[in-house]
Amino acid sequence: MDNVSILLSEKRLSPQSCETFVRAADAGGTVIFIGTVRDQTGGKRVLRLEFEAYEPMAISEMQKIAKQALGKFSVRRIAIHHRTGVLEIGDIPVVIAVSAAHRAAAFEACQYCIDTLKQTVPIWKKEIFEDGEVWVAAHP
Amino acid sequence: MNLQIRAFGIARDIVGGRIFVVEMPAGTTVGDLKNFLLKTHPVFESLSSLLIAVNAEYGSDEHILAEQDEIALIPPVSGG
Repeated sequence: MDNVSILLSEKRLSPQSCETFVRAADAGGTVIFIGTVRDQTGGKRVLRLEFEAYEPMAISEMQKIAKQALGKFSVRRIAIHHRTGVLEIGDIPVVIAVSAAHRAAAFEACQYCIDTLKQTVPIWKKEIFEDGEVWVAAHP
Repeated sequence: MNLQIRAFGIARDIVGGRIFVVEMPAGTTVGDLKNFLLKTHPVFESLSSLLIAVNAEYGSDEHILAEQDEIALIPPVSGG
């Protein structure tokens, strides 16, 4: 699909290239979600995060999400980029950009993409603390 | 038949490696494999969920496995 950009990479993500990709002459607005690594979780200091992915499946699940979003919402172009490897505080693990003729659809589609990504895409995040490490969301 | 299974995230820590092999009878389903793994590694019970992917797609419990399938353990995902 030439209106979808999917990327899974160990290299630094570029929100700018996502924004550029979703530009369209008939789009009146673009919504961009940028996930960033925060320095604490539940009041505990986080040193860094480590992301691993089941790559071929992660890419195909991200493609499915973009395709579903194009079907459900009146949007033009979608970029979903996710990073793997070791990320420091302030680094960007995920960027989602959506363009649409009108803003409401772009907001809704962007939220749909990030919420669904967190539920279905086989990517795992480990939080590294000063005194240990935890696979996020593994346990109830 | 021997099934080669990839493990990711906490599942990799639990089984102690990225790839492991289990011997299962022909006709084994995703559900059978899950039950087998819960018996051999009871700590899987403590996870919020444990799914199995077959050839890079989520597999239903009824899906019958074959030796050449690419099988992966998918513990609760946490991307984003």
